[in-house]
Amino acid sequence: MTEPALLSVEGVAVDLPTPRGNLRAVDQVDLSVGAGRTLGVVGESGCGKTMLSRAILQLLPKKARLSGRVMFDGQDLVGLDPERLRKLRGRSLAVVFQDPMTSLNPVLTIGTQLIETLQEHLELDGNAAKRRSVELLAAVGIPAPEQRLMQYPHQLSGGMRQRVAIAIALSCEPKLLIADEPTTALDVTIQAQILDLLAREQRRRHMAMILITHDLGVVAGRTDEVAVMYAGRVVERAPTPALFKKMRMPYTEALLAAIPKIDAAPHTPLPAISGRPPDPTRPIQGCSFSPRCRYAAGQCHREKPSLAAAESLDHQYACFHPIEVAAGATA
Amino acid sequence: MLGFVARRLLYLVPVLIAVSLLTFLIASLLPGDLAYVILGDQATPEKVEALRHDMELDQPVWWRYISWLGHVLQGDFGRSFRTGQTVLQAVAERLPVSIELMLLAEIIGLAIGVPLAIACAVRSGSVFDRFMTGTAFGMLSVPAFLSAILLIYLFAVELRWLPATGYVPFREDPAGNLRFLVLPALTLAVAEWPGIMRVLRSDMIATLQEDYIALAKAKGLKASRILFVHALKPSSLTLVTVTGINIGRLIGGALIVETIFALPGIGRLLVGAIYTRDLIILQGVVLLVAAGFVLMNFVVDMLYAVLDPRIRHGHA
Amino acid sequence: MATLELSIGEEVAVTPVRRTRRLGPLFWAAIACMTFVFVVAALANLLPLPSPTDMDMLERRASMSAQHWLGTDGLGRDELARLIYGARISLIVGLCAPMIGITIGGALGMLAGYFRGRFETLVVGSMDVLLAFPPLILALAVTAYLGQSILNLTCILGVLGIPAFMRVARAATLVLARREFVIAAQALGATHARILLRELLPNVFLPLFAFFLLGVAVTIVAESALSFLGLGVPPPIPSWGTMIGEGRESLEIAPRLAFLPAVTMFLTVLSFNLVGDALRALTDPRQGAL
Repeated sequence: MTEPALLSVEGVAVDLPTPRGNLRAVDQVDLSVGAGRTLGVVGESGCGKTMLSRAILQLLPKKARLSGRVMFDGQDLVGLDPERLRKLRGRSLAVVFQDPMTSLNPVLTIGTQLIETLQEHLELDGNAAKRRSVELLAAVGIPAPEQRLMQYPHQLSGGMRQRVAIAIALSCEPKLLIADEPTTALDVTIQAQILDLLAREQRRRHMAMILITHDLGVVAGRTDEVAVMYAGRVVERAPTPALFKKMRMPYTEALLAAIPKIDAAPHTPLPAISGRPPDPTRPIQGCSFSPRCRYAAGQCHREKPSLAAAESLDHQYACFHPIEVAAGATA
Repeated sequence: MLGFVARRLLYLVPVLIAVSLLTFLIASLLPGDLAYVILGDQATPEKVEALRHDMELDQPVWWRYISWLGHVLQGDFGRSFRTGQTVLQAVAERLPVSIELMLLAEIIGLAIGVPLAIACAVRSGSVFDRFMTGTAFGMLSVPAFLSAILLIYLFAVELRWLPATGYVPFREDPAGNLRFLVLPALTLAVAEWPGIMRVLRSDMIATLQEDYIALAKAKGLKASRILFVHALKPSSLTLVTVTGINIGRLIGGALIVETIFALPGIGRLLVGAIYTRDLIILQGVVLLVAAGFVLMNFVVDMLYAVLDPRIRHGHA
Repeated sequence: MATLELSIGEEVAVTPVRRTRRLGPLFWAAIACMTFVFVVAALANLLPLPSPTDMDMLERRASMSAQHWLGTDGLGRDELARLIYGARISLIVGLCAPMIGITIGGALGMLAGYFRGRFETLVVGSMDVLLAFPPLILALAVTAYLGQSILNLTCILGVLGIPAFMRVARAATLVLARREFVIAAQALGATHARILLRELLPNVFLPLFAFFLLGVAVTIVAESALSFLGLGVPPPIPSWGTMIGEGRESLEIAPRLAFLPAVTMFLTVLSFNLVGDALRALTDPRQGAL
């Protein structure tokens, strides 16, 4: 890459003290996103992907300890002056949360929640802010936008609410949008629409985007690069086409196999990954995935593999027994 | 919205009727005779009989209730046989005093309780928080008359800053009026603020953990806006509830405080009627206070709907 | 009516954030205080005290001495004796009145929460009517009509507590009646009475008891307030409230006459509140629900 990345996460770790001991939610993660590019972060529930997004936004719970650097647009967000951080948030750095029913304030109108962001960061007056809000709602595909301004979140459907959340996130033309499982709480039929909306707006505004999801199918074709997370670490990272053609991590392979295929025969058993993600308060010696991995051998149980590059520099993975076959040919 | 209001109003009617019935029944179950009480030592069997007939006391209970209710609905609550004033006149004279007292008390209580609640919720778990919560809990065990004694001793006896008793109407002398009302209102407020603070604090702690607060922070809004608009509004529902529940206690407290500080309010009217066995006044005032209380609860219910739009649309 | 749907002392509905409460030293101190007051009041007859009603007009407002450990009041009566006998009165009213509430209110609440339907609407509606009267006003009105006596006072304060206990019992029953063990008992053909007595009552009793202790605190305060106005316990029977009321006149000369009963009352009420609150946090059945 010739220009420095817009967002560069360097050696970030998040520790949470719990009654049962220290919980390492995020373990030495390095990531980067260039301007106008989309990064997909994929992993099971509990792999630390949400904690990672909160760490980037500096919105961790009070007890959490963050180490490492989060370089955004040349500034380290960690330990940044709170007032300067506040000015960045919502303006250059925006977020869409998973469940729009809980992320929108139920007792404030849609209009209020849109206009306040515009007034805070762009210092628009009341009327200008209202006009802009109507434009934004129309842009995200909400019919009758003027009426919507006066409505409350519970009066809209789930898909509409998420569109509103996206409109709020896009309102000040952010440089980076973090979408944390934006479609998980929605009907399957709406999911594709929302993802298309995000992709379209991202292209139009030349905005960087991080798409966090547990579903590999979501990132296929919608992202430039994918990072797979497991137990708080990034275990494979590659440009999206490369990941799907030549995945190396057994975990990634298992994730892909777990996606139901439309052309499979009826009643084909869905290959689930056996076992459960490890308890973060009890770190496993050796590779975190080894208890569940089909290819696990001696070294896997003793040492933790580190992220290393394969034949191309931008495809990295952390495994002692990477797969050499292409995806689709697995049994 | 109108349908909602109408439905609530309809529910009021049977409650008000039941209240009037209960008030009347308590009065009719009087052991001893109203006529005797009125005539006092002038009572002779003939006079008693005549008075009873005049006052229709020889009619059956249900008849008297209907008759009384009929009078009440026309605005005739009866006349005190001590002072000759009608009940309505007596109440109208004294109502402003009581209302001013309760209003001031609630305002002071909110002025102390709400900021403390917000400060504690934001610093939840800190030394400050635990200290204030403990103090609030302790204060809940201090009833109005105790705080009255303490405040009187402190401000009227020792420091001599404020008068212990007395009253002057607002219209005549606003400054003097407030001077006389400070101690009584403070007494009531001291009993009010712990309840307000505890409930609002715990509600805000829960609210502050909600996703929409996280999003508000992620949007880069000012902390003051997040606290007062995003966090306080959903929690304000509980505030209204607490204030609503407290009205009953406030009325009772006002009664005590008026008696202690010799304020010419409804409470003192009631207590005076008890001392002098002026039962007509007693009956009328109890009915009016109870009816007013029911109506105030109704208003609180309406405020609910205004504050939480989900209730208005039947969602919550 | 939304406000009337919540019961009095309603921190229960509004504390969704729970930390595990362990019974700390404060709790045990409160228990000790409660027990102390209770024992002293119960054994009042056996203690070497002068009579609380003997007046000695020559020794009025005397300060502390060997003869009168805490001095005398405005009519020359021994302060310590009045304090202890006052404790007795406060405890008698304070314990008996909520018992009326817990038995009648608890029963009504359990039945309403279990059988639902018209019966429930009737019960809740009648409680609403009772609650339409500001409590102190009603207590005053009734004692005015029926006359001042400890019995009347206890009865009216007891009746005033019924709606609150009804609500607690009903809320607990509503939660518990939907749990598996009740459905299982019904499936096994148990009669209503058996379910109510054997399955529900033991579980509903705990939150009710916690509320009972809070009720004691509230009743002591209410009785004292009425006695303070001279409308509660009839003189010359000593009560903390009457003592504070009488002490008010001597605030300039002998403030201890008002403050001694005030402090004792405060500590007693605080103890009941602490214990009741701690127990309630531990036994609220809603904690275990969905």
